[in-house]
Amino acid sequence: MASSSVPKGTPNFPEYQTEEGRLKIFGFWVFLAAEVVLFSTLFATYLVLADRTAGGPTGKDLFEVKDFMIETMLLLTSSFTCGLATLEMRKGNKKGVFIWMITTLLLGAGFLGMEISEFVAYVNEGATLQTSAFLSGFFVLVGTHGLHVTVGIIWISLVLIQVAQRGLTPTTCRKLFIGGLYWHFLDVVWIFIFTAVYLTGLI
Amino acid sequence: MDLFNFKMPEQFIIMNNPLIIGAWISIILASVGIVFFVTKYKKWGYLWREWFTTVDHKKIGVMYILAALLMLFRGGFDAILMRTQLALPDMKVLDAQHYNEIFTTHGTIMILFMAMPFIIGLMNVGVPLQIGARDVAFPVLNAVSFWLFFVGAMVFNLSFVIGGSPDAGWTNYVPLSGSELTPGVGINYYLWGLQIAGIGTLATGINFFVTILKMRAPGMTLLRMPMFTWSTLVTSVIIIFAFPVLTITLALLTFDRLFGAHFFTIDAGGMPMMWANLFWIWGHPEVYIVILPAFGIFSDVISTFARKRLFGYHAMVISMVAISGLSFVVWVHHFFTMGNGPWINSIFSITTMLIAVPTGVKVFNWLFTMYKGRIETPAPMLWSLAFIPNFLIGGVTGVMLASAPADYQYHNSYFLVSHFHYVLIGGTVFGCMAGLYYWWPKIFDFKLNERISKWAFWIFIVGFNVCFLPMYLVGLQGMPRRIYTYKAEMGWTMWNFVQTIGAYLMGIGFILIVWAIIYSIRHEKRDRSGDPWHGRTLEWAIPSPPPHYNFSRMPSRITSADPYWDAKKRGESMFDENEPLKPIHMPNNDGMPIVMSGFMFIAGFGFVFEWLLIAFIGLLGVIGTMVWRSFKDYDADHYVQVEEIERDQAELQASLEGRS
Repeated sequence: MASSSVPKGTPNFPEYQTEEGRLKIFGFWVFLAAEVVLFSTLFATYLVLADRTAGGPTGKDLFEVKDFMIETMLLLTSSFTCGLATLEMRKGNKKGVFIWMITTLLLGAGFLGMEISEFVAYVNEGATLQTSAFLSGFFVLVGTHGLHVTVGIIWISLVLIQVAQRGLTPTTCRKLFIGGLYWHFLDVVWIFIFTAVYLTGLI
Repeated sequence: MDLFNFKMPEQFIIMNNPLIIGAWISIILASVGIVFFVTKYKKWGYLWREWFTTVDHKKIGVMYILAALLMLFRGGFDAILMRTQLALPDMKVLDAQHYNEIFTTHGTIMILFMAMPFIIGLMNVGVPLQIGARDVAFPVLNAVSFWLFFVGAMVFNLSFVIGGSPDAGWTNYVPLSGSELTPGVGINYYLWGLQIAGIGTLATGINFFVTILKMRAPGMTLLRMPMFTWSTLVTSVIIIFAFPVLTITLALLTFDRLFGAHFFTIDAGGMPMMWANLFWIWGHPEVYIVILPAFGIFSDVISTFARKRLFGYHAMVISMVAISGLSFVVWVHHFFTMGNGPWINSIFSITTMLIAVPTGVKVFNWLFTMYKGRIETPAPMLWSLAFIPNFLIGGVTGVMLASAPADYQYHNSYFLVSHFHYVLIGGTVFGCMAGLYYWWPKIFDFKLNERISKWAFWIFIVGFNVCFLPMYLVGLQGMPRRIYTYKAEMGWTMWNFVQTIGAYLMGIGFILIVWAIIYSIRHEKRDRSGDPWHGRTLEWAIPSPPPHYNFSRMPSRITSADPYWDAKKRGESMFDENEPLKPIHMPNNDGMPIVMSGFMFIAGFGFVFEWLLIAFIGLLGVIGTMVWRSFKDYDADHYVQVEEIERDQAELQASLEGRS
């Protein structure tokens, strides 16, 4: 971990200024590749089991267009505001980072709240993890995404505390940037859930 | 889901068998003994500072290898028990249930808790030194990987004394492993032992991928990397794409068993075949994860002891990449007989046979590397030489098994058992041994005793063939795998008895390997100069053992794939001695990995017994330690000052002069 000189072609952004920052950002991209495989496995499982409702409710019976459209909008907007926060971070504007990141987290929390109430409603209608293979696949796929969002909210909040304590240093910027990568990734996964689970389920 | 439901399994403490009572006694005696001696000699502080909190890749590698040898003992003992039970018809050493448990733990431990950590340990020791790095990219994460593996192994091994072992085979097929047919904690042990260790392995894959791509010394282009480093890079890619599948597969069965989901159940739309598919989508790449690094070791060892450049460097790289790609498209050949259509079986037959092509290329390259070489045969080279014919037997029978129609005859028989032992022992275990003997005098300042090691080698090799060649024959005579006894009328008695003799010979070979280590620690000649084998690659250009920062100066003259060999021929050093020493940036030791893994143990134990309160307390601990660490990682490194480097160099000089 010796060289502190910045290699040619490295973007001139605070998060890339240290060797550690560059390694960790690259490593996180690789981790996201592993996450893609993780979600692919869940998607494959869900799609294989999607028609196996065992006489229980189907997607068509359960999914509410209005609800999952709002969820989608909340998450997509949060990805946009997260991008704005990264831009502010690169300008060195701490206040801007806080405004946009907190907006991001609030939108994320809104999404999460809707998802939880969606799950509760399904369970109240008698559609649980134990009802059918379709619902097992649904709850675990969508739930794993929801768990990731929860982790993202807690994680980014903790990073924001560190930014408040230490300001926008190369280290805190790296943490913010990686948190942002994670958040955008969750958005991408949701787009696939939107298509493969909800839209397809309505057909 | 009830947080406060602390249900007890049928038996909590297992005491129903003299063997297990013996295990209890030895576990308690060993633990008390270790605690007593460490306390008596006041070594707790030393252990904590130098080992438990270390982030040094060399020490982590040593701990991996030690744990792997321990697991080799456990898995080997299982094997000896099975072979004793099968030595003659109608033996009563093990009953059916106990036999099921033992072949399950044998397979699981040997693959996940022996082969994997052995290979990863050698990667830790070898790769950073081979590429001229001072540590891996993420040293703390590396320690996390080790401790998660270790905790996973401990959770898994606890099963045979507390609560009962898994008994559905290492492939853990549903519906047998579902909660209906196998209630109790055994299968949960399997799920959580593997889950915890698997997360650690995934982190290792990411770590080495980044390390190799981003931390090579100046001049070391991708096509100048030693073959072991290449194999580690390719293996890391396979880990990154295969292990998340295992994570999910285990999690889904956990949902089925603990929370009543229907992924793999027979009722409510579940699909048992999903397990077979998902398991092998991970499982087949997994066997290449353990074989490719062995290929890398053989390549380095063979070119070192043939005193020749590796033949066909580019072909070696291309064939490894080809194998890694093919490894993801052959998984169905593990269940040709489970009702796939002829089209599917044909396609997977062909992809499977294709693997023989790049593998054959590699075998020819090893042979051509030795052709007209000045071959020497110390222990690492012996294991490499033995690998070629033995692996060939495993490979050829593999092609036989790849033929789907013929597989209906071979499958589920001892023919298959023999095939995969020939590739896994003949490939992976021989590779681990070659690597252990090869790098031992790099990790420490002495070689392993040649005479004892040669005895160990020959006894093991003879025992291996005596044990496994007859398995092909009894397999063709129809003896199925995983049966706990057989009748004399079947006509399998003679070959089974021969196999058992072979297994005991292998056991003696293992004991001799351990004896060689103990003997060499006490008696072998010390030499810190660092190049005992007349090596070709970077790791031999630095002293043995290397200083904790590996390279006091960065190597500056890497112009080929054998940089040190070429430098020696030119009469040069790898390092520019005129360059002034500079302070070296190094990571601090860290207690987070072991503490976090301790909480992971609590969580794993809680989930195994379905005591959810304890499981969640453990998980909270895991999260808490990570958060705590995130807030204090602003002072996680330090500089090694020039004075310290000079002191190390002076000490080395004194030791080298004392020798001559």
